[in-house]
Amino acid sequence: MQSASPEAVAAPQIAGVVERCHEVLAPECVITDPQQRRTYECDGLASYKVVPALVVLPETTAQVRAVVTACADAGVPFVARGSGTGLSGGALPHAEGVLIVTSKMRSILDIDLANERAVVQPGVINLDVSKAVASDGYYFAPDPSSQQVCSVGGNVAENSGGAHCLKYGFTSNHILAVDVVTPDGELVELHAGTPGYDLLGAFVGSEGTLGVVTSITVRLLRKPETVQTLLAGFPSTDEAGGAVSAIISAGVTPAAIEMMDALSIEAAEQAVQCGYPHGAGAVLVIELDGPATEVEHTFAEVERHCGDHGAFEIRVAADDHERAMIWKGRKSAFAAVGRISPAYIVQDGVIPRTSLPEVLSRIARLSADSGVRVANVFHAGDGNLHPLVLFDDSEDGAEQRAEQVSGAILDLCIEQGGSITGEHGVGADKVRYMGRMFTDEDLDTMQRVRCAFDPRGLCNPGKLFPTPRLCGEVPGPRRGVHPLTEAGLADQF
Amino acid sequence: MALPTKNSVPDALGAALGTDRVRAAAETDSVGGAAPSWVATVDGTEQVSAAMRVAAEHELRVVATGSGSKLDWGAPPREVDLLVDLSAADGIVEHAAGDLVVHAKAGTSLRRVQEQVAQSGQQLSIEHPLPNATLGGIVATGAAGPSRHLHGTVRDLLIGITVVRPDGVVTRAGGKVVKNVAGYDLGKLYSGSYGTLGVITETIFRLHPLAAERRWISVDADEPAMLDAVLRAFKRTQAMPTAVELDRTLDGRTTVCAQLEGRADATHERALTLSELVGGETGTNVDVHDDPPAWWGHYPHGTGDDIGLRLTVRPASIPGVISRASEAAQRSGVKLSLRGAAGVGVLDGGIPAGTDPDAVAELVSALRTVTAAPGENTVIVRAPRAVTATVDPWGPVPSGVLTLLKNTKAQFDPEHRLAPGRFVGGI
Repeated sequence: MQSASPEAVAAPQIAGVVERCHEVLAPECVITDPQQRRTYECDGLASYKVVPALVVLPETTAQVRAVVTACADAGVPFVARGSGTGLSGGALPHAEGVLIVTSKMRSILDIDLANERAVVQPGVINLDVSKAVASDGYYFAPDPSSQQVCSVGGNVAENSGGAHCLKYGFTSNHILAVDVVTPDGELVELHAGTPGYDLLGAFVGSEGTLGVVTSITVRLLRKPETVQTLLAGFPSTDEAGGAVSAIISAGVTPAAIEMMDALSIEAAEQAVQCGYPHGAGAVLVIELDGPATEVEHTFAEVERHCGDHGAFEIRVAADDHERAMIWKGRKSAFAAVGRISPAYIVQDGVIPRTSLPEVLSRIARLSADSGVRVANVFHAGDGNLHPLVLFDDSEDGAEQRAEQVSGAILDLCIEQGGSITGEHGVGADKVRYMGRMFTDEDLDTMQRVRCAFDPRGLCNPGKLFPTPRLCGEVPGPRRGVHPLTEAGLADQF
Repeated sequence: MALPTKNSVPDALGAALGTDRVRAAAETDSVGGAAPSWVATVDGTEQVSAAMRVAAEHELRVVATGSGSKLDWGAPPREVDLLVDLSAADGIVEHAAGDLVVHAKAGTSLRRVQEQVAQSGQQLSIEHPLPNATLGGIVATGAAGPSRHLHGTVRDLLIGITVVRPDGVVTRAGGKVVKNVAGYDLGKLYSGSYGTLGVITETIFRLHPLAAERRWISVDADEPAMLDAVLRAFKRTQAMPTAVELDRTLDGRTTVCAQLEGRADATHERALTLSELVGGETGTNVDVHDDPPAWWGHYPHGTGDDIGLRLTVRPASIPGVISRASEAAQRSGVKLSLRGAAGVGVLDGGIPAGTDPDAVAELVSALRTVTAAPGENTVIVRAPRAVTATVDPWGPVPSGVLTLLKNTKAQFDPEHRLAPGRFVGGI
């Protein structure tokens, strides 16, 4: 892991970048003070901390260009950061680099309902997009749990999902164009449907390694006529999993199906008193939306499947308030776990939905064998698990044991043909697992995209790939210390 | 060791694949007028890898093909030595019905996939106008039909892909789960890359449930103002049409048709309600049909020598674009019909075979000024060499983007051996 002292800012390259930033940014937008810089030392994954050498807060595209150009000229690495809610350390700063924070780029630049799109700056908060068009009957579909605070720029970097991506897809399905400052300081517009390689498709979800986005055109969706939300209590996750399979097999595509197990229900109850069914070994939160007559009919079908699979209590939200209460338990689950455990690791593995029963029972066995408690909260409809691996960080070796269980869960996901991350990204946290999911050749091929955009590896180095590729080298096995590592431009994990 | 010569290619390919899989190319194997010397028929990833290793050793320029239904799309390649025919790489590897996922070899026809998954009440939501087309070709050209309105195009449905690099190395990206953000989404990069980055050998797609019932609602809207009103009405509705298509015939008759999907015995009622709503808002007659119109899901250019165009525009500009495109066609003396996804702003254009190439070139230039807003464009999907020699089928690309496109090509295919010249900017 990286380590850094805040005083590392003395490097001469940084001094030059500071000077050039002062030429274009207001004084308060160039942060060199060690204590102030320290406030940016981590994102939502606080177990990784690096104090950046310099923090800048640009307000315009031109300013972002100037900062990136200064970095490129000086050979200084840079990392973009939105609201810092990411859960994989994707916005973890670089000790000798610049952190470009987009929190002053919070304008909605254009709302074009005739074309069902909006243009926003990268720092705009996800939920603010939907709020801005709500009275016109539109919304922005991607809804990560952090949507009240996370930025659209961060959503683009991570290709964020959310509870409703089961039906509506991910951020990448809702981005029509981005303006990008490339790692050499050029400004390019990437549009969907432009002749050429789908660079927009490659950019969304590239975790900030291909450039800094300065403007985003998002697709707006017409609000559904009806939304129906149901909460069902089951004796155990087996029955709840059976209900999920039955619903999907029946050809129903709910807007969301979320599952929580007994331990996560307990945590949520303690934290927000969500009043979930007493004694439930698992609950499902199921939401259907669309034309009223369709939803009504399908909802009855969903209720029947829940009943057939042992649901002992089914509650239907009568209004928006009751719907919010049902969602409150689910959305607070991560934070709530803090009430029952001093520390925890959030995992983000994905499995084919049909493997759910087997994987859950094997997670239970892992937990029993190791004595490490695991609370399960997940997007059941698309097999995206969020096991919360609990530990007491004051206890010797507890974190290591939790890490082992957490890693074993990811291995289980890979073994089932799934993925190590469904929506949180690889970032700094999962680089070490990439080699378990992909071959060296697969990773080398992906990095060719990186080389096309960022041959010098200055843009968010050390993330996503376990071993940076030296662009331009002859493909083949590498020996010795990587030149980029030697040059201090990238780190290996 | 002496460099392998081209004379030794058939032997080397024969040794790698079996002599029965290699033959000298015939005239009918030409790709947009570029004649290959040899054809290798391969049955899957391993054989493609073997063929590509031979091609790399002998510095052959390679074009991959499946059913050949779109082999004349894009710019003609500058030169081709080896045609790699994947039509025998045919078969469904796995249909995980419970997971709504299908994994199939690239040479499998879309029709076959649809027949298989329909048995479980599912569909691959690509209504490609050329159903014999293979999955590999559909991905390579990024093709799409009416269902792009709701489900997006190939890029949005492809969740995993196996690609053989020009050096013969087999690589995979994505996987068999829909939700997956591990690594770059190379599937998107390969979608619509016209075989210029690697040879696609296997694909994994997400599936959707088949609707129990479908209905179509059609409205005549010849005049731009009416067309505008109709498109707006469909946009405002919460009836969630799953497709909104438009057809404009050579004589200017314009029809907008929306598709509704849903449960049995209820979708018709919904369609009637929507037709009354749209009819009321626009003051015109709106019909509900049990079947789609004859033109639904077909290109306005046939499979013969018709010329195909594609206009990408902002949806709200469609009425204006159609008027100006029709005027431009009239000025150039070209018969232009238009059809496509009005809801998302993609229109295909058809021009009869035999139209004067200079007139077509003039029209394309004019259409590029009509579709000049950011993100808008006009490309020639297919046309004879006489046309593509006069006007760049792909059109201009801003220099910053072109640099990235060329960098990408240089990284994936540094020796430019895959379909050289077929793609944007001479790539």
